Amino acid sequence: MTELLIRNACVIDPINGIRGETMDILIRDARIVESVSGRAEVIDAAGCLTLPGGIDSHTHICGTKVNFGRYMMPEDMRAGRTARQGGMHATSGYSVPTTFGNSYRYSAMGYTTVLEGAMAPLEARHTHEEFSATPLQDTMANTLFDGNWAVMEAVKENDVKRAAAIVGWTLSAVKGFAIKLTNPGGTEAWGWGKNVECIHDPVPHFEVSPIEIVTALVRANELLHLPHSVHLHCNRLGVPGNAWCTVDTFRHIPDLNPERQSLYATHVQFHAYGGSSWKDICSRADLVARAVNDRPQIVMDMGQVMFGKTTTMTADGPMEFNLYRLHHNKWSNHDVELETGSGIIPVYYSRKSTVNCVMWAVGLELALLTRSPWQCLLATDNPNGAPFVKYPEIIGLLMSRKYRDAELATLHPEAERRIALPAIDRELDWNEIAVMTRAGQAKALGLLPLGKGHLGPGAAADLAIYPVRIGEIDPSAEYRRVIEGFRQTLYTVKRGRVVSREGRVVVEGDNSTIWVKPRISEEYDMGRDPEFAKKFARYYTVRMGNYPVQEAYIRRSICIETEAEL
Amino acid sequence: MFPTIHRDVVCTFCGCLCDDLEVTVEGGRIRGVDNACELGAHKFTTEGRLKAPIRRRGGVWGEETYTAAIERAAEILLDADRPLLYGWSGTCGEAQSVGVQLAEILGGVIDATTSVCHGTSILAIQEVGHPGCTLGQVKNRADVILYWGCNPIEAHPRHMSRYTTYTDGFFLGNSHRDRTVIVVDIRRTDTAQVADEFIKIKPGGDYAVLSALRAMVRGKDDMIPPTVSGVSRQQLRRVAAICKSAQYGALFFGMGLTQTGGKYKNIRNAIELVDELNRHTKFTLTPMRGHFNVYGFNEVCTWMTGYPFAVDFSRGIAWYNPGETSAVDLLARRECDACLVVASDPAAHLPRSAVAHLADIPLVQLDPYPNATTAFAEIQIPVAVTGIDAEGTAYRMDGVPIRTRKILDLGYPDDRTVLQQMLERIREAKGR
Ligand code: SF4
Repeated sequence: MTELLIRNACVIDPINGIRGETMDILIRDARIVESVSGRAEVIDAAGCLTLPGGIDSHTHICGTKVNFGRYMMPEDMRAGRTARQGGMHATSGYSVPTTFGNSYRYSAMGYTTVLEGAMAPLEARHTHEEFSATPLQDTMANTLFDGNWAVMEAVKENDVKRAAAIVGWTLSAVKGFAIKLTNPGGTEAWGWGKNVECIHDPVPHFEVSPIEIVTALVRANELLHLPHSVHLHCNRLGVPGNAWCTVDTFRHIPDLNPERQSLYATHVQFHAYGGSSWKDICSRADLVARAVNDRPQIVMDMGQVMFGKTTTMTADGPMEFNLYRLHHNKWSNHDVELETGSGIIPVYYSRKSTVNCVMWAVGLELALLTRSPWQCLLATDNPNGAPFVKYPEIIGLLMSRKYRDAELATLHPEAERRIALPAIDRELDWNEIAVMTRAGQAKALGLLPLGKGHLGPGAAADLAIYPVRIGEIDPSAEYRRVIEGFRQTLYTVKRGRVVSREGRVVVEGDNSTIWVKPRISEEYDMGRDPEFAKKFARYYTVRMGNYPVQEAYIRRSICIETEAEL
Repeated sequence: MFPTIHRDVVCTFCGCLCDDLEVTVEGGRIRGVDNACELGAHKFTTEGRLKAPIRRRGGVWGEETYTAAIERAAEILLDADRPLLYGWSGTCGEAQSVGVQLAEILGGVIDATTSVCHGTSILAIQEVGHPGCTLGQVKNRADVILYWGCNPIEAHPRHMSRYTTYTDGFFLGNSHRDRTVIVVDIRRTDTAQVADEFIKIKPGGDYAVLSALRAMVRGKDDMIPPTVSGVSRQQLRRVAAICKSAQYGALFFGMGLTQTGGKYKNIRNAIELVDELNRHTKFTLTPMRGHFNVYGFNEVCTWMTGYPFAVDFSRGIAWYNPGETSAVDLLARRECDACLVVASDPAAHLPRSAVAHLADIPLVQLDPYPNATTAFAEIQIPVAVTGIDAEGTAYRMDGVPIRTRKILDLGYPDDRTVLQQMLERIREAKGR
């Protein structure tokens, strides 16, 4: 039995309505409890901001394309190297660090749970292997269905139940967490070097449109009773004028679940542009934020862009090729048979580029114009908008108009005419930041039943103690202190143990992988469906028996079983 | 005793990693292998493993226990100032991962057989990227296939029947007739015999031919002389046109391109040709990786250290500088003072100057079978064969990870277990 007593913490816990109360937190055996014995280890958190462990609901840290990002960029590896020290492995990398690098840096920032945003089912084993070398965070993986042939065929037949059955079988087979759609239909079109324009454009050879895929899977998701909703990377990413495509997509999403959203739209910054070309691109964050304000069924994350060097990587292969043609640095692409694709290119977001300045502003505008922080979560789509180590600066920008003005003064002068940010006064408070970085994620991902995202009795003892005294700081003026405070915790506690202290990792760590297994009737069991098996044998290059990820790949398994309506 | 038939067994010989083998086991022995090519079948039926670890003392081999052998191996590595941990392409990812940790704690250098086969491809990829795909994309879509500097009929015997020329795909009902196969090589190989178009180039001429094709794809064929490295302009024009008008093209390349004059620049040029073709159609490129899990080493090493091969931990950080930190160079400079060889046979494959140094330093080998390197070893520890009596992860040449099967239990420990025990000893000795 391990016990921990955290004294005099200044707690913000939005789920339980606690807003800066000084209190003790008691932990026994990885859970928050109401009493501990006199033998509990004591941490004095006197007045320090204490939050539930951070949750990143959309990041790219493990898997085929992430690793290929490292593989193709020794220059990025050289940009962030640390030596082996004590129990810490050597690390490399800035925008795409090694698995240990990601894990240590997230932990130093107080993050205890992360969701890998895109896993190709055929290559799922790779993601799980890297998870096992990401010791300090619980992990889960969105599973890509954007170009899944079997799903598209079911959608074409208007058979939502069959689509659900295919998704259910695949998620259990690959130990995935949620349905991810990246440029639905577009990645299949990219198999021929093409793309789809927007949601009504048909997918070549499959006679379905992106919006039909999206809406069918939104319904399938609810038939399977999955904890999270469909996780969508909209069509037309990064294209001037795409805000209308995004809003049109949102318009088609029904409100199906009273507990959470029906659709999680990811890195919406990349999908909220006005104008008709790179010459007249402007922000239409207002349009998108309004659409979200009107629809409780939608939650989004910012996809904030920050200036500097990074790497973009996405299953949206055609988009990456187009970007490559603009930047002409280097380009990798990887299409996965019958399922999905991906692309990777390095980028530099410059203050001298009007387009980049607009992108930077759009993310912040989205967060500031969305009324409820539960509907706009903080993320950079790491590393696409920026590496996650920039989160503290984003918090600073959201809390301080003064900081935003200082930054605006450094931008390309042309940018100001195309954005709304200079006119926005809103400054977020500590509670809103706590929602946008943990409570909101836990709710959107459906992790509240696992005790994630809050600190009430029974909750998982994942928490972060920051050297920030909220009573003594005026975030609006002293944004530097806010940024410094969020950069590194005094203590990060995961599963009831201190895992990092002032940025130093103190245990080897042992993560859990959270995945879903919908229980499906025999009639809808794709494992026994002759048609499914026949096509599998014919068109995949691995045998169906070798496709599922074995239990051996998961160290500590948290399997969420659901009763599917199938 | 009745025979047991194992289905969907994975062949752990070449980078095709065929996973449809049927292996019959009877009385603790493999009696038959179906679906494999000759190379694969041979691997499953080879005999002649060592029974126990052996150690050479004063020129005489004697048997050792595993415990004593591992103890001695750890001592050798601990005593060294600049140990080299080499090989890795014939074992599973789980063992490779322990190998990287060993190198890290020892402050040693870890390198794989990659550095003498597709290391150059990696250097090129690090400059310009890699437009690739899984093999099923090729099988289902590709109407144009190029094999450049490789001879799959001999080295990857089922490549054409499983993934390209002879297999039907979703969009290609009549595989052989629907696809155009182009082979580029310096001699008429068996693969060239079955190609629709054979481009015979003079040795060392790859770079020039690739450049000419690139120029033609860009519409600049008036610049091309009548022949380029022995290839007529007419033929180049024809081939460029075939590539440009393909629905989907796939270029595969082997050591005939990676290890000939021009080396990594050849690959860079090939990648840039493919990149250029993507402005007209869809085109991809795939290295024909040799050993079944050499690509797996690159993957594991990358997520752990940030680099795919040739990583030097002597500075505490991961340091990567092929040419300085690659095995051949290290050995040729007589720099390392001990070597751990896992799942490979450097004595048979590295240049003479490198091998000469191997003979002078203490060497520990982990391998199921004795091979040329054994002659140089102080200790050989026999281990299970991944895919036969041990399981674990392997990465196919296109990056698809597959779990290899264990179909026999012969009582040998697997690589991972032995390496893990070495790691424990070394950790203890170092006090962490
Ligand atoms: S082609 Fe390669 S993997 Fe397939 S059976 Fe032959 S040796 Fe084995």
